[in-house]
Amino acid sequence: MIQRNKIQYSPEIEVDLQALGKDLLPRRFGTLGKIWVAVLVLSSLLSLILYIGQLRKGLIITDLRDFTPWGIYISNFVFFVAISLVGSLISAILKLSGAGWRTPMTRISEIIAVSAIIFAAIAIVLDMGRPDRFHHLLIYARIQSPITWDVIVITTYLIISILLLYIPMIPDLAYMRDRYHDIPKWQHKLYRILAINWNNTAEQKDKLSHAIAVLSVTIIPVAFGIHTVTSWLFATTLRPGWDSTNFGPYFVSGAFMVGASGVICGMAIFRKFLKMDHYFTDKHFERMGILLMVLSFVYLYFNVNEYFIPAYKLKGIESQHLQELFVGQYAPMFWSVQFFGMIVPIVVLLFKKGRKPVPMFIISVLVIVGAWFKRFLIVVPTLNHPYIPIQRVPESWQHYIPTFQELYITLGTVTGALLLITIFVRLFPVVPIVETAEELEEKKKTANE
Amino acid sequence: MQEDQDTTIKGRREFLAKGIAAGALSLMATSCMSHDKMHHKTGEKVKLLSPEGEIVEVDSGDLQPIPDEMYAISENIREGVPNRKFVMVIDLARCKNLRKCHDACEKIHFLPPDKNWLKVLKMQNSEDSAPYWQPTNCFHCDRPPCVKVCPVNATYKRTDGIVFIDTERCIGCRFCMVACPYGARSFNWEDPEIPEDMYKQHHHSMESIIPRKGTVSKCDFCPDMARNGELPHCVSACPNGTYYFGDENEDAVSNGSETVRLSELLRDRGGYRYMEDLGLEPRVYYLPPVNRLFPFKDDEFSKNYKTR
Repeated sequence: MIQRNKIQYSPEIEVDLQALGKDLLPRRFGTLGKIWVAVLVLSSLLSLILYIGQLRKGLIITDLRDFTPWGIYISNFVFFVAISLVGSLISAILKLSGAGWRTPMTRISEIIAVSAIIFAAIAIVLDMGRPDRFHHLLIYARIQSPITWDVIVITTYLIISILLLYIPMIPDLAYMRDRYHDIPKWQHKLYRILAINWNNTAEQKDKLSHAIAVLSVTIIPVAFGIHTVTSWLFATTLRPGWDSTNFGPYFVSGAFMVGASGVICGMAIFRKFLKMDHYFTDKHFERMGILLMVLSFVYLYFNVNEYFIPAYKLKGIESQHLQELFVGQYAPMFWSVQFFGMIVPIVVLLFKKGRKPVPMFIISVLVIVGAWFKRFLIVVPTLNHPYIPIQRVPESWQHYIPTFQELYITLGTVTGALLLITIFVRLFPVVPIVETAEELEEKKKTANE
Repeated sequence: MQEDQDTTIKGRREFLAKGIAAGALSLMATSCMSHDKMHHKTGEKVKLLSPEGEIVEVDSGDLQPIPDEMYAISENIREGVPNRKFVMVIDLARCKNLRKCHDACEKIHFLPPDKNWLKVLKMQNSEDSAPYWQPTNCFHCDRPPCVKVCPVNATYKRTDGIVFIDTERCIGCRFCMVACPYGARSFNWEDPEIPEDMYKQHHHSMESIIPRKGTVSKCDFCPDMARNGELPHCVSACPNGTYYFGDENEDAVSNGSETVRLSELLRDRGGYRYMEDLGLEPRVYYLPPVNRLFPFKDDEFSKNYKTR
């Protein structure tokens, strides 16, 4: 092996790096962290066992039947795709708009994006009647089908997201390779391999920033694509409630909203448990709060378009669907989701006091839970209204209540995604170390001038 | 002499019949496992028509069922029957919800009771108009939304108009089910438990949609029957002649007892297609329920499952 010298940073940055490293280098979990990991692992394993049961018996273990062929597996998939859009929002859109305050959030958002998109892909496999034929999607691919578009765009988005997570992290990996001791050999080896001989030379830095710039621009159309194509899984059909030209932007705006909430949640949790008050300051919450409020207003606007205009016309079968949502069996869920998942956040975030970490955390949880149920309300009620009457079928076919197995398998995607994020946090710094140090120096310089 | 001649003829005929059976057997190539059975005499005589058009009498022990591989069509199953455009006309004035069509379909395709490839629905166009029964199967649309969305080409449109499903390719995503506004498709949520040898039977030849666990299935217009110029099972099961089935290219449809011109039937009886405005161009036409043969009676309806 070629002997390589440790990277020499400038003396000022070196000082910052040492201080930052103390705070930000990944550490061993305490008792609470270990319990958290154990719970996630056990719960995910139980989901896996239940899924094996589904493989053996078939989808009969769910409450899906011929008149509700899609249920929470699909709505959960849409939810995960939605939350994954956060990566592009923070890494790309805020970067290109020159929002310097976003630096501490970039990595969290990319971790959430990568985990969410991986589990979106898993969520869709859970729904397949024949997952053993997954390769048919490639060998018999038909480009006319929106599912094929989804396969292409999800793969592309996953690759770009992984690159956007990995490439900006290379300087940190090199830092850990050189300066992080008292760690197991394999962990050190991992950093060494992943750091791909990063020496912090001017040429390397130039290439790095160029690569990040290209990726940041590329991911924006792909991010819009991924959620627009997902909305087209519904909008390309003739079903009431789905047969809408508004669906693409409606889905994308909702996704940015839930994605922003995901980052706020992550920020609040890391701030509390990894003691990162210096990095996720009140100022960050204030700015994210304003961003979330704006995104909520945009989503409100699309909701008005999506529900008010059809409700004004009450056209044929569309009116049955809307009545079911507004006053029928789905009304309690529908109004709760609209109120707690959209109206309450807007009102609270209007006030400066509402944009403090604790209320923001609560608001974000409301938005995320609301978003999950909103996807359910988009997918399921529509299916109860086919163009031919539902007659002479078993009573249980006329409504859809997910079974325990179905719910727990779905929960498995959530615990799995959280586990992936947790493993990541254990191995890599959640806030960029080198980038933050360089930015600090940059700031000092401009302040001195 | 006379007697001798009779035995000779008989012997020749027996040889001929054996030859046919053996020929059939050799056609299925290598599988000679049942060869021994052929010589097991039962003593029971069966009358058969020889290729020369003569009636021959052979021992039933010499008979071999023609295996399905023989029946398996040489043409590509995805192509469809050449020069045909299958079409169905359903006369709503003749339906009294006897459900013989449904039962025949269920039996022939080994469908469990909750799988309906064919439904007889109670319809009422508006509050003040009279209710009527509408048999509804897959409409085999000429612009099929289900085919459009299939990611793996498991469901496809054939040249003879039939929308078919390859259940060995289907991945079970059920996109076609949500894309079909008519709810014609049904999913095998569990193993349909069709006996293995049933798959090999005539009507479960390659040219029939075979229900398999985790895949979608639906009415297939019985192409195995249609290919041989026979009527689908629902059509021949209806005692009231509600269904007409035929070929648009020939401009002829038949309900088993009468064969009529398709164009005249549709023109004279006001034929229409269900939800024409969706633009899917179904291959199933309806004749309006006017001058009905039977009064509408609702009592048989709620027999199986509770109605809505």
